[in-house]
Amino acid sequence: MNSTNMLLAAPELWVMVMACVILIVDLYLGEERRGIIHMLAILTLVFAAIITLRADYAADGVREAFAFNGSYIRDTMGDVLKLFSFLILAIVYTYAKFCLRQFRMFRADFYTLSLFALLGVMLLISANSLVMIYLGLELISLSSYALVAFDRDSRLGSEAAIKYFVLGSMASGMLLYGMSMIYGATGTMDLGQVAQAVRSVGSDDPLLVFGLVFLVVGLAFKLGVVPFHMWIPDVYQGAPVVTTLFISSVPKMAAFAMAIRLLQTGLVDMQADWSQMLSILAVLSIILGNVAAIAQTNIKRMLAYSTISHMGFVLMGLLPGTAMGYGAGMFYVIVYSLMSAAGFGMVILLSARGVEAEKLDDFKGLNQRNSWYAAIMAMVMFSMAGVPVFVGFFAKWMVIKAALDAGLMWLAIIAVIFSVVGAFYYLRVVKLMYFDEPLTEAEIDAPVDFRAAISLNGIMMIGLGIFSSSLIAVCMASFGA
Amino acid sequence: MLTLTHFLTLGAILFSLSVTGIFLNRKNVIILLMCIELMLLAVNMNFVAFSRFLGNLDGQVFVFFILTVAAAEAAIGLAILVVLFRNRQTINVTELDDLKG
Repeated sequence: MNSTNMLLAAPELWVMVMACVILIVDLYLGEERRGIIHMLAILTLVFAAIITLRADYAADGVREAFAFNGSYIRDTMGDVLKLFSFLILAIVYTYAKFCLRQFRMFRADFYTLSLFALLGVMLLISANSLVMIYLGLELISLSSYALVAFDRDSRLGSEAAIKYFVLGSMASGMLLYGMSMIYGATGTMDLGQVAQAVRSVGSDDPLLVFGLVFLVVGLAFKLGVVPFHMWIPDVYQGAPVVTTLFISSVPKMAAFAMAIRLLQTGLVDMQADWSQMLSILAVLSIILGNVAAIAQTNIKRMLAYSTISHMGFVLMGLLPGTAMGYGAGMFYVIVYSLMSAAGFGMVILLSARGVEAEKLDDFKGLNQRNSWYAAIMAMVMFSMAGVPVFVGFFAKWMVIKAALDAGLMWLAIIAVIFSVVGAFYYLRVVKLMYFDEPLTEAEIDAPVDFRAAISLNGIMMIGLGIFSSSLIAVCMASFGA
Repeated sequence: MLTLTHFLTLGAILFSLSVTGIFLNRKNVIILLMCIELMLLAVNMNFVAFSRFLGNLDGQVFVFFILTVAAAEAAIGLAILVVLFRNRQTINVTELDDLKG
């Protein structure tokens, strides 16, 4: 284990410096030159990706290295998740520029806050000690609270922000309480040493079990799974659509990484305990998410419930505790983030000047207004529903296969049944677009970079589906499966 | 003689008080913020007690981080509260019911 190997954390340092630089540069820019901020943010992401790709830290064939006295870890899983965070955030920025301009909110706040949240995402993905997990998580949460209240004059936005804040802080408190118990039982913050200590103390130590329960509660809240999902629909609906776009995509990957670090690295010997808890959470999420989404007329709220069910599927990948399951969960969470970005991107596209197209009815007759955009939305919906050929199908298939391999037949059956139930509300959107009359004939207009990004994002739904094996192989290799 | 159990019990009592406070309170958002602070302090109590009785300093260092983050959290919470009051002229918890379904 290395003492301080700072260069290993070069991507994080770069993002941190650039977030501060953008904060200062914005002071000297007038309203009409705000585009520079956007370019700087995209540049930050591109270079962060290059720095991440160029790092050569493999020793003895094992791609794993530690920095800052073992509290920071670089490994394949972390690198892959970070690269996808950069890609998805770049897509988010392209959508956001158009949306912020339309809503006359084009300020640098969105960019700096989301870059700091990205820093939190990266730290959380690379965390190898309880302190780092907490700090990374809070950096994401605090930035997200502010982003939800981004539209200062919105009644709904401020209500969503305060709800998110209170529930989110409570979840952090629960997580911390669990961490204090784990620390008390093992006497260390380092996750690798926690695992060793758990082995010697024995996994039935009451302090450890107590701690684990609180950890899982905190984790479940951050992932947004039933019964700790109450904030998701309210926040998704109340927040400005750019913020919803952001918090529904990138931080989900961090939440997945947090689950892997805590449960797989730290408490792997208690797998029997957490697996049971996660299976209950997963089943409830898949059922409630899919059923409640049917009743929604607001597309942001509908996608929120759909998130809850998708997170249930991610947990389904985690809970067998096999390398294949972890790989499947990782694949699912990456695919979900891409789908979610595309879905909310379409909502942004349809939002006319200053009015969010958040009603399902706004999608009526989209095919007659613009058939390519309708096709993109249809691909996203098919992918979310898990129709074969589309990438969402392979994601669902992999996690269900992982559950079956672990002998969890009942879980797989429930997952399949409720995927079919879920298909109903996704296909309803397709029906509205293709078979209903449009409410308005207004031209759908967007700048060229937006059109390129949404087309690319839509084509990914089918492209990644056809060529899914390479991404799946990368995810599996991250866990040595 | 005070033992570890005494400190953990105190931590647990403070923690339960704050959770009950969050769920029972129907009046004022500021009380919610106070409960959240109390919750973090209960956790700090645990960390310091464990740190003292395990003879390991890590826990006390973590407490400094928690205190710092708690300060930042309070700042953001109060800022959101101001925005909320400006938009609604009330910070009554029961009146925050526009979002549901």
